[in-house]
Amino acid sequence: MTSESVMRLMVRFYIFLFFLYLFGPLLMMGASAFNDAGYPQVVPWQGFTWKWFGELAQDQKLVDGVVNSLWIGLGVVCVSVPIGLAAATLMMQVHQRFRTAYYTIVVSPVLVPGVILGLSTLIFWDRLGTRMDADYESFYYNGIFLTVIGQSTFISAYTMLVFIARIQRFDRTQEEAALDLGATHVQVFWKVLIPFLRPAIFSAAVLAFLTSFENYNTTVFTIQSESTLTTALASKVRLGTTPALSALAVVIVCVTVVGAVVHEILRRREAAKEAAAQEAAKRADNAKDMAMVAQTAT
Amino acid sequence: MSDFLTTFLALLLALLLAPYLQARTDSVAKFIGGFKFVQHNGIILSLYLVGAVGIWMIGMIILPQLYMLDFSFRFNLPPMEIGGPDDVYTLKNYEYLIFGSPGSPDAFNFLHLTIFGKTILAAIFVTLINFAICYPIAYYMAQVAKGGSARLLVLCLILPFWVNEILRAFAFRILFGSGGVINELLIGAGIIDQPYDFIRADIALYSGLSYAYILLMIFPLYNAIESLDHNQVEAARDLGSPWWRIHFRVVMPYAKPGIASGCTMVFMLTAGALAAPQILGGPSSLWFTQIIYQWFNTGGNWPQGSAYAFVLLLACLVFVLAVMRIFKVSLGEIAK
Repeated sequence: MTSESVMRLMVRFYIFLFFLYLFGPLLMMGASAFNDAGYPQVVPWQGFTWKWFGELAQDQKLVDGVVNSLWIGLGVVCVSVPIGLAAATLMMQVHQRFRTAYYTIVVSPVLVPGVILGLSTLIFWDRLGTRMDADYESFYYNGIFLTVIGQSTFISAYTMLVFIARIQRFDRTQEEAALDLGATHVQVFWKVLIPFLRPAIFSAAVLAFLTSFENYNTTVFTIQSESTLTTALASKVRLGTTPALSALAVVIVCVTVVGAVVHEILRRREAAKEAAAQEAAKRADNAKDMAMVAQTAT
Repeated sequence: MSDFLTTFLALLLALLLAPYLQARTDSVAKFIGGFKFVQHNGIILSLYLVGAVGIWMIGMIILPQLYMLDFSFRFNLPPMEIGGPDDVYTLKNYEYLIFGSPGSPDAFNFLHLTIFGKTILAAIFVTLINFAICYPIAYYMAQVAKGGSARLLVLCLILPFWVNEILRAFAFRILFGSGGVINELLIGAGIIDQPYDFIRADIALYSGLSYAYILLMIFPLYNAIESLDHNQVEAARDLGSPWWRIHFRVVMPYAKPGIASGCTMVFMLTAGALAAPQILGGPSSLWFTQIIYQWFNTGGNWPQGSAYAFVLLLACLVFVLAVMRIFKVSLGEIAK
C-alpha cells in the first residue's frame, strides 16, 4: 500500500466520521420518535408505534405556536424584502465616500448577537409606549408585532445581501439602453431592474421566512406572553423530554425536504428559462452577424 | 422624559451631521447631489428608498441600540416613576457586574465574572474546534471533489440544518442522556459500568454548540478556497513541500478572508447562543446570555440586563476588531 492510498483512505474515513457527527444525532432522534418507550430513546427498542405523532397534534400550545410562527414569518417577509431591496438599490447610488460607512451600519445587525437585537427592540418600543401613554393592549406591547420588527432588523440585512449579490451581476448597459431609448429612471426601476431581480426577490422571501420560522434568540425576548413554535418548543424541552418532540422533528424534516425540493425545481426551471433566453439571444446575434457578413461580402 | 428625548435627538443629529462635516469641502456639491437623487429616482421611488432604509437604519438598528445603552445607565424604577425626579443616570448596573451587590462579603462579583469569562473562552474554544473540524471538509469540497459528488456533499451538509436549533439541541440531549446511545455503547463495550453524566460535564453542550454553527464555518471557507488555482497547490507539491506546509503556506493565507469570516460568525453565534445552553447546559453551569435572560424574565430588572447585554456586545465588538486587525480584512469581507 502506497502512502498516497493510505492518505486517501484516511480522508475517506474522516469524511465518514464528519457525516456521522452530522447525521447521527438526528437519526437517533428520528428513530426515537417511533419507539414505544416513555422517554425518547432508541435502546432498548420497545416496539414500533405511531402514537407520539397523535399526541403531537393534540398539543394545543404547539399548534398555536405554529400558527403564530407562520403569521410572523409572513410579516417578516413583508417588512424585510422591501427594506432589503431598497437598501441594495440605495447601495448602488450612495456616494463612493459614504459607501463603507453605509455598509457598516446596514450589515451590523448580522454581527450583533440575536439576544441583544431582541431586547433592544423590546426596550425601545416599551419606552416609546410609555412616552405615548399607550395602554397595554396597544401594538407597543404586542408580542407578535415586536417579534416581526425585531426579526426584520437582521433579516433585512440578509435579504439585502441576497439582492446585492444579484445586482452585482446586473449589466448596467441595459439601464443605459433603456434611458437612451427614452425611459425615465422610474420606468427603468420597474421595467428593467425589478424583472432582473425577480429570482432574487423569490429567494430573499424564502430565506426571510425560513430564518424567521427558525429564530429563537431574538423571539424569546420580543414575544412576551405569546408564543411561537420555537419558544413553545424550548420551554417544553427544558421542562422535560417526551418522544412527541422527536416526532415533531420528523414532521419538520419531512415538510422542509418537500419544500426544498419544490424550491429547487422552481429554481432550476427559472435558470433553464434564463439560459434558453440567453441562448436564443446569442443565436439571434449570430444570425445578425452572419447576415452582416453576407451583406458585406456581396 | 423630555430630556430623554432631547438627548436622543441631539445624538441623532450628530450622527446625521458627522458625514456632512467630514465632507464640508464639497458640501455644496453634495447638496445638489441630494436633489439629483430625487431627480434621478422620481418622488415616489425616492420616498420609498429613503423611507424604507431610514426606518430600518434609524428606527430598527441605531435607536434601539442607543435606548438599550441609555437604559443600562438607569435605576430599575417602577413604571410610574420613570421620567420622574428619581430617573437619573447611574453606574450601578455595571458596578454590580464587577463588584457584586454592596452588601456581599466578596470583593468582586465572582459568580457573574466567571460566567462571563467562561462564556467568552468557551466560545473561542468552540470556534477553534469548529475550524479544525470544518477546514478539511471545506478543502476537500473546494479542491478535491468533482462536479456531482461536490454537489452531493453540499446537499448532505445543508440537510441537517433544516431541523431547527432547538430540536438539534434536543437530539444531542437524547444522544448524551444517561440512557442514551453513547452511554449504552460505552457500557456495552465495558469501558464504564455506570452511565456517565455528559450533560453535567458540559460535553453535550460543547458538542451541541460546535454542531450548531458548522455551516457558517464551512461555507465561507469553501467560498474562499474554491477560487484558489489548484496549480498553486500542484506547484508547491512539485517543489517538494509536504502536505501540511502546503496548507499553512499556500491555502490558508489565500483563504484568510474566509477564515476570518467563518471564525467571526461562529464566535458571535456561540457567545450569543441561548437555546443550546438552556437545553444542554449542566445544572450548575450558566451561559452569560442566560443571566441576561434571567434579568429580563424572572429577575425583572431590565436596566441590569441591558448593562449585561451591552458588555456582551462590547466583547463581540472587540473580537470582530481583533479578527479584522489580525487577518487584515475589512468588514465587508467578513459579513458576506
